[in-house]
Amino acid sequence: MNFDLNFIGILIGAIMASSVPLILAASGELIAERSGVLNLGVEGMMIIGAISGFALMIVTDNLFFAVIGSMLSGLIISLIFGLLTQSLLTNHVATGLALTIFGIGMSAMIGKNFVGIPGKEFPLLLDNLKESIPFLGPIFFGHSIILYFAFGLPFLTNYFLKKTKTGLIIRAVGDSPTSASNQGINVTLVRYSCILYGGAMCGLAGAYLSLIYTPQWIENMTGGRGWIALALVVFATWSPIKVLIGALIFGGITILQLHMQAAGLRIPVQLLSALPYIMTIIVLVVISRDSRKIKLNTPTSLGQIFYKEK
Amino acid sequence: MYKLFLRSLISVLFLLGFSLNANAEFKVGFVYVGPTGDHGWTYQHHEGRNAVEALGIKTTYVESVPEGADAERVIRQLAQSGHDLIFTTSFGYMDPTNKVAKDFPNVKFEHATGYKREHSNVSTYSARFYEGRTLLGHMAGKMTKTNTIGYIASFPIPEVIRGINAMTLAAQKVNPDIKTKIVWVFTWYDPGKESEAAQALIDQGADIIMQHTDSTAPVQVAEKAGVWSFGQASDMQRFAPKSILTSIIDDWAPYYVERSIAARDGTWKQQDTWHGLKEGMVAMAPYNSAMGSDLVKEVEQLQKDLASGKAHSFTGPIYDQKGNILVAEGAVADDGMLAGMNVYVKGVEGDIPQ
Repeated sequence: MNFDLNFIGILIGAIMASSVPLILAASGELIAERSGVLNLGVEGMMIIGAISGFALMIVTDNLFFAVIGSMLSGLIISLIFGLLTQSLLTNHVATGLALTIFGIGMSAMIGKNFVGIPGKEFPLLLDNLKESIPFLGPIFFGHSIILYFAFGLPFLTNYFLKKTKTGLIIRAVGDSPTSASNQGINVTLVRYSCILYGGAMCGLAGAYLSLIYTPQWIENMTGGRGWIALALVVFATWSPIKVLIGALIFGGITILQLHMQAAGLRIPVQLLSALPYIMTIIVLVVISRDSRKIKLNTPTSLGQIFYKEK
Repeated sequence: MYKLFLRSLISVLFLLGFSLNANAEFKVGFVYVGPTGDHGWTYQHHEGRNAVEALGIKTTYVESVPEGADAERVIRQLAQSGHDLIFTTSFGYMDPTNKVAKDFPNVKFEHATGYKREHSNVSTYSARFYEGRTLLGHMAGKMTKTNTIGYIASFPIPEVIRGINAMTLAAQKVNPDIKTKIVWVFTWYDPGKESEAAQALIDQGADIIMQHTDSTAPVQVAEKAGVWSFGQASDMQRFAPKSILTSIIDDWAPYYVERSIAARDGTWKQQDTWHGLKEGMVAMAPYNSAMGSDLVKEVEQLQKDLASGKAHSFTGPIYDQKGNILVAEGAVADDGMLAGMNVYVKGVEGDIPQ
């Protein structure tokens, strides 16, 4: 394999780009789960975001509308989940699974007319610096604005959950909805907001795939990334920073194993293909060994239906 | 009372089912491995189905059926619901197709790219895609500046290995220095993974990207990176107008039409079909003029020779990676050898994943 510094820079840039959808979706889901809502519909919300973003870009020819629209559509889909689980008190797991199946089918239906249309170029920031500065250029420049947002998001989420009053309320609702309710907090409203926020982030994650990463619409293009994002939240023990680390490891090994193959390294390919999953689990298990800290972060009421006493 | 009701209901349903079956019109079923909108493999099978439908024959299709237990369920369902002829269009449907065929002797089955015909109602058919790969190899060998060809491979089955070998042999013939770099992605269809693989190959110096996967993602990555590429299964030119030199097109329509008519008229017989450029089951999309008119002429000539049998993709001497002779000088590989091909020829790097 070629190991000059510039090449390593290109590699790191590629790893960052591949981890963006995971960071976005997992950060959104993390907020929902911290409020006690287990939404297994991540994949469905992502794919809806992907098709809406792409369709809007083709129809309006405006990338800004496309990005905002994808977030709105993710939000609307998650509203269905909210209505079912929060107002009609249905089971979180079953509803989330249904949402995924619904999202995949629905996106395929909307997408029928958008198959086979090449996407539009998404502006990349300071693309010229990417080439001119060795090593650091491809790491820091030539990315879309969504990538920079995604890399800031875990830190913002961390600050939000730990240092702000709203963050505290969300955690309180997730840990003990009954006590929170007794304190006068509107549990249902808080959970609704968190679900909608999660939906918007998943929508954005999908749009990243269809507008930037592989600029086109193809059925099922999320390819299971929603499920990986879900798993990341659990393995990261509901810590936003660990979500970032996990997403980078996953993206990193995925890209690296392809490069190792292309370089002709004689390692069994099946092992290489399984490596991203294995490594992510190992590393996240290792960094979250402190059981006290896990307990501190785990939303105790996760997935439980909250009945308000009347 | 309740039991009596249930019993009568079942028998009524049974009778209804039988009478429906007896009066049922001729129906053809299709099982696809990907979505019809993949603009690759499944899309082309779907085009074939459209041609059958255009004859006024009723057809049904099920898309995105995973290769495995689900496949058997879907095929059985189609057979049970009165389909007379069922096309199963992916290699992984081989065992499920034969299993279901055993239980439905009156239904005809057509399995694509497989080799098992365990019952007299199962036919197999495939296309000689490797002839197209030979043309690709010729172009790649001439067009590469880095002498590195990037190849995105799906699963280590003979069909894929045959393509890699045919391409490499043809490229070596015009450019002895070429190297074929292969990335196995272990999927037929995952746009994200396919584009990551294409990017990895480009980052490692490949200036030609070829794929044996079904999405249009790799050619789009190639377009963006400014390297050459080839479309797979259908004409992908509009996804990468500058980068694509040509596409290998699978044209199933004539075969599907012929077999459907045969089954309807009762003349269907078990057979094993392997058609290529000659019969038109493998076709080439228009050649990109960017490669120069001389090269276009050369390739067109080679295409004619392959179709007429004057040239063969696997003409000896061919050696394996260790230097053992596979095909003697002057001889060509027979179909049996091609069908079971499981070694790389000399010049391909790496090992076949086991």
